Amino acid sequence: MFDFSSNHAGTNHRLWTFFVWTSGILVFAIFGLIAGDVVWRGIGQINLTFLTDSPTRSGRAGGIFPILISTLGILGLCLGTAIPLSLATAIYLHEFSRKNGASARLIDRSLDVLAGVPSIVFGLFGNAFFAVTLELGFSLLSGGLTLACMALPLMIRSTQQGLRAVPDSFRLTAASLGLSRTSTIFRILLPAALPGILTGIILGIGRALAETAALLFTSGYVTRMPESLFDSGRTLSIHIYDLAMNVPGGESNAYGTALVLMILIVAINVTAGLLARMLLGRHIRLSFHQTRSLS
Amino acid sequence: MFPSKSDFLLRLTTCLLSWVSALILVLIVWFLFVESELVWREVGVLRFLTDDRWSPSGDFSSAQFGLFPMIVASLLLAVGSILLAAPIGVGAALFAAYYAPRGVRQIFPRIVELLGGIPSVVYGLWGLVVLVPLISAYHPPGTSLLAGIVVVAIMILPTVALLTLSTFQQLPTSLIHSAAALGIAPTGIVRSVILPASRSGIMTAVLLAVTRAVGETMAVLMVCGNVIQAPSSPFSPVRTLTANIALEMAYAMQSHRSALFATGLALMLVVTLLVLIAEQQRGKAGHV
Repeated sequence: MFDFSSNHAGTNHRLWTFFVWTSGILVFAIFGLIAGDVVWRGIGQINLTFLTDSPTRSGRAGGIFPILISTLGILGLCLGTAIPLSLATAIYLHEFSRKNGASARLIDRSLDVLAGVPSIVFGLFGNAFFAVTLELGFSLLSGGLTLACMALPLMIRSTQQGLRAVPDSFRLTAASLGLSRTSTIFRILLPAALPGILTGIILGIGRALAETAALLFTSGYVTRMPESLFDSGRTLSIHIYDLAMNVPGGESNAYGTALVLMILIVAINVTAGLLARMLLGRHIRLSFHQTRSLS
Repeated sequence: MFPSKSDFLLRLTTCLLSWVSALILVLIVWFLFVESELVWREVGVLRFLTDDRWSPSGDFSSAQFGLFPMIVASLLLAVGSILLAAPIGVGAALFAAYYAPRGVRQIFPRIVELLGGIPSVVYGLWGLVVLVPLISAYHPPGTSLLAGIVVVAIMILPTVALLTLSTFQQLPTSLIHSAAALGIAPTGIVRSVILPASRSGIMTAVLLAVTRAVGETMAVLMVCGNVIQAPSSPFSPVRTLTANIALEMAYAMQSHRSALFATGLALMLVVTLLVLIAEQQRGKAGHV
């Protein structure tokens, strides 16, 4: 990239450079301020009993164990639904449908719009469809399915990008060797697209863990330990909201929960980054060997 | 066309499932419409704007459906936060693409991604505990339109910065090199080459950020004070359309519930329109 940091006279230039640097530094500062605040106020709350105890006195005291379990339950349901659906959709759009065909374009556009739907609207929809019409009530199931609808566009896009990154020579070689489309997809294309698929799953997890508004009227906000998927349960993010807004004196535990949530999100991000790099490395080495054997 | 049966089956299954994915959007619109139908039929669109107050329970003749103050609040919040976030976001993208030292250029997108991954309740919590008392010290009560604007601006900043950055990275380097070869000063290159060439990309970024601002619920709910009134100053507490749904859905029945779904449908239409315009912008190639 071109380097603009060279000295150049003129007030206009100085003002402009000042503006750009301020914007850049501001982003770092904001991140530091918020992350620092959460760590600073939250760290004192976190210990083993915080993670393994049930909340008492509406969450002012005690821990977050049932809430962690509910969060994992909802997350599992969300991924269990969204992963197969997003894989199938991405495979159809990228490997089977005619490029720029009417049906593919329609599906693509509807996913663009779905990605922009506000989370509170997903909450209304989830309440009307899953909780009321399908009679799932306020339950982990309603919440998880609602989140699956939200995470779907992100995960499909990411898988599509993964498939796009697989060179066409893979497809042609497979076809010339007489491999069926099915084995080409499952044995060659999906493994090669794994970094994209993984990124999608991580983005989906991030979106699901961060979500609150869509869960208020689908999974509900019961603090008790859920006994089945048909039970209501609150996630970490709902717990933060409830403690901060509805429970006087709940702030310190809200911060503790926020720190746990942030650590979860960062840990998942970092693991996924490493995993993707590892897989990507293998993929590149693989193709390198292939090119060498060709020459 | 399909020599093997498994290929045919796979194509069929993936095709069906991808229509399921597309159908979700149809289902959302359908359910919003069905649930709000009562209110459209009995009340109509106009009373949402002209009724004096918002007290939507009870029978339709005595209930009041005035959403106007909340529409104003949502609008001001979206406009205010994008006015704050757009210049800083574009500036930050310029910084990350052309100005920052090499090492910083590498980690900058990662930091911005992390900032974008912070849940909105955490922004809300930070706003409530840190920002609101700061504003309150200057002008009580603290929970206000201004607090909402600042928090939402921070939340949409990553969207603007990352999308703009990726637009910059897609510009052909030859463009910048030729401009430099012509002896144009760096500032001139940014202002007369890079920014005009990325105009449609920046527009897309800004529009998608606005959709997020319009739809944001939790953070706004936590820092804006939730008083139903048209704000008289940035320090007035306000309630947005989204916060209204989140606050009242839990106990809303019949006409009230229906009115909240109507609000959701309206939000959905606004956001859809913005997304479609944004995607259209993305399709356009940049011209200098």
